[in-house]
Amino acid sequence: MAPAETVTVAMVAGALRVSTPFLFVSLGECLTERSGRINLGNEGVLVLGAMVGYATSYQTGNPWLGVVSAALAGALLGAAHGGICSLARVNDVAMGIAIMLAGTGIAFFFGKPYVQPSAPQLPRIPLGFWAIESQVRSALEVSPLFFIGLAAAFAMDWFFRATRMGLRVRIVGDSADAARALGLSIHRVRLLATAAGSALAGIGGSFLSLSYPGSWNEGLSSGQGLMAVALVVFARWNPVHCVIAALIFGASGALGPSLQTIGITKGYYLFYGTPYVVTLLILAVTIRPGKALRGMPGELSIGR
Amino acid sequence: MLNRRSLLQGATAGGAALALGGALRPRAARAGTLTIGFIYVGPKDDYGYNQAHAEAAAKLKTMPGIKIVEEEKVPETDDVEKTMQSMIELDGATLLFPTSFGYFDPYMLRVAKKYPKIQFRHCGGLWQKDKHPLNTGSYFGYIGMGQYLNGMAAGYASKSKKLGFVAAKPIPQVLLNINSFTLGARAVDPSITTQVIFTGDWSMPVKEAEATNSLADQGVDCVTMHVDGPKVVVQTAAGRSMYVCGYHADQSRLAPQKYLTGAEWDWITVYRMFVTDMQGGSPLPNFVRGGLAEHFVKMSPYGPAVTEAARKHIDAVKAEMMKGGFAVIKGPLRDNKGAAVVAAGTAYPETAIQLESMNYLVEGVVGSIS
Repeated sequence: MAPAETVTVAMVAGALRVSTPFLFVSLGECLTERSGRINLGNEGVLVLGAMVGYATSYQTGNPWLGVVSAALAGALLGAAHGGICSLARVNDVAMGIAIMLAGTGIAFFFGKPYVQPSAPQLPRIPLGFWAIESQVRSALEVSPLFFIGLAAAFAMDWFFRATRMGLRVRIVGDSADAARALGLSIHRVRLLATAAGSALAGIGGSFLSLSYPGSWNEGLSSGQGLMAVALVVFARWNPVHCVIAALIFGASGALGPSLQTIGITKGYYLFYGTPYVVTLLILAVTIRPGKALRGMPGELSIGR
Repeated sequence: MLNRRSLLQGATAGGAALALGGALRPRAARAGTLTIGFIYVGPKDDYGYNQAHAEAAAKLKTMPGIKIVEEEKVPETDDVEKTMQSMIELDGATLLFPTSFGYFDPYMLRVAKKYPKIQFRHCGGLWQKDKHPLNTGSYFGYIGMGQYLNGMAAGYASKSKKLGFVAAKPIPQVLLNINSFTLGARAVDPSITTQVIFTGDWSMPVKEAEATNSLADQGVDCVTMHVDGPKVVVQTAAGRSMYVCGYHADQSRLAPQKYLTGAEWDWITVYRMFVTDMQGGSPLPNFVRGGLAEHFVKMSPYGPAVTEAARKHIDAVKAEMMKGGFAVIKGPLRDNKGAAVVAAGTAYPETAIQLESMNYLVEGVVGSIS
């Protein structure tokens, strides 16, 4: 393969492999923020989901049960965040950080016995069966969770656009006064949106431990949950744009290792920074000073 | 100065001391018991660097008159000073093993000056007589020799003649391992090259998996690594049907068919020696190094993919190493940019101090340090 082809294949493969956790966490965060709440705790949910998913898969032998229990664990932690934040004078951001630390702490504490064993992994769909090159074949081995994530993104888009429930979430997120006038329970909507959002983030965590890289240890997340929260801003609170953001982020993450394999070895630290540089650039280009971000829910504020 | 964590520990230790008749220091509680503190930078069951130390600590526990206190995931910051202090003040430790590279300077040196009666032995640091306190010291093993043998096993197993090395950071110990692995493979077949990928830090599971995958995409069919927890690399490589050579600890359980052999630490030798000296009241050595012959380093048992011819050749070279004086790095040797780094006639055996400041990749390695 020519070097340019190699890098392209690697970036496509990277996009398909690495993007899934970003996709799930950013979708979850998108749902929560559209209801007018920030949940920085999703980093903790990601780690907890990874641990619970791995442990369940190991104990029961069924990785899909692992995914389900990761979602449940995420929903519980999200509900805790949502519940406490609905009390008076509780700050979303501070509480989110507390949830993040609690999630990672719980996961590390209960995850100790699962660092060593190997748990059954999720199957992969061999979409590259037609290809002759083994690189292409392995690049196109895609986890079913990726497609579930894609489906979830489009379903969420439809949910916001075309359903009564979606409209309620948007009203609560855009104007608490309007919601009160309509007789909606702001607390309940936000609680449910936070719990559901964290359930998605939990699934993202189970992808890390049950598909790629496919093992549980304490350095597994290395900040991916926090980056996904930033991706939501980048995707302008649009679920379908979250897919694009996650794919770009995954692809640029694969750039560092693949450039090293084709012999561009100078400055690999810089290549590892590409995902962040890309995010910064797009934000800088699309932002207009003095104006609120397009698509930003009106109730969203870090001051509360 | 005590922090909150040490106060909490103090509450329990203090309770124990009271129960023993008001002795203020637990050290005085039971004469003859030697309390030893182990400090790890990561989790002690990481299939890697920390596990190798923790396994040795677990073996020490079976010796009579020994009490072990351990703390894992201690960052290479002020935190390690507090951990050392609390082990000394509250647990009564008189011998400390801070095992991570970054603990040495300035943290361990600072605490050592404050507690001249406590013994500190650090893993990997470069202790110098005129610069460092006499109650400190360092120990390390010549694991590069193990990587040379790994390289030979890889050289025999590889069909594509392209090997891979997933490395964390370009520090001298890592570079020596990459170079030794490559030279071992090229001793079997001079046409072999090693592609190295740096991930940038000691534990980056997603990058390590990506690196292993992109090596597989390039046609590399055998990899080894120098990262703290090799589990992800081993599993990913076996999943892409590549052969693997292990590092730090035995990872054969993770890839029984694809695991060739591995370079492992055998720290119990070092620790038992220090402890015996301490119990016997003789002074502890300050600068301890050893290799295969001294049982500081060992090899994993061969996997099923290592052929009879390969085993014979590797065993022969290993026997040569056991005699001492075997040099992996010897002239004439060029780096991978073509410059001569070791002149003809010069040889650096494993004991050569020059190897601990290595700053080049040898010919046959694809990759660069900066």
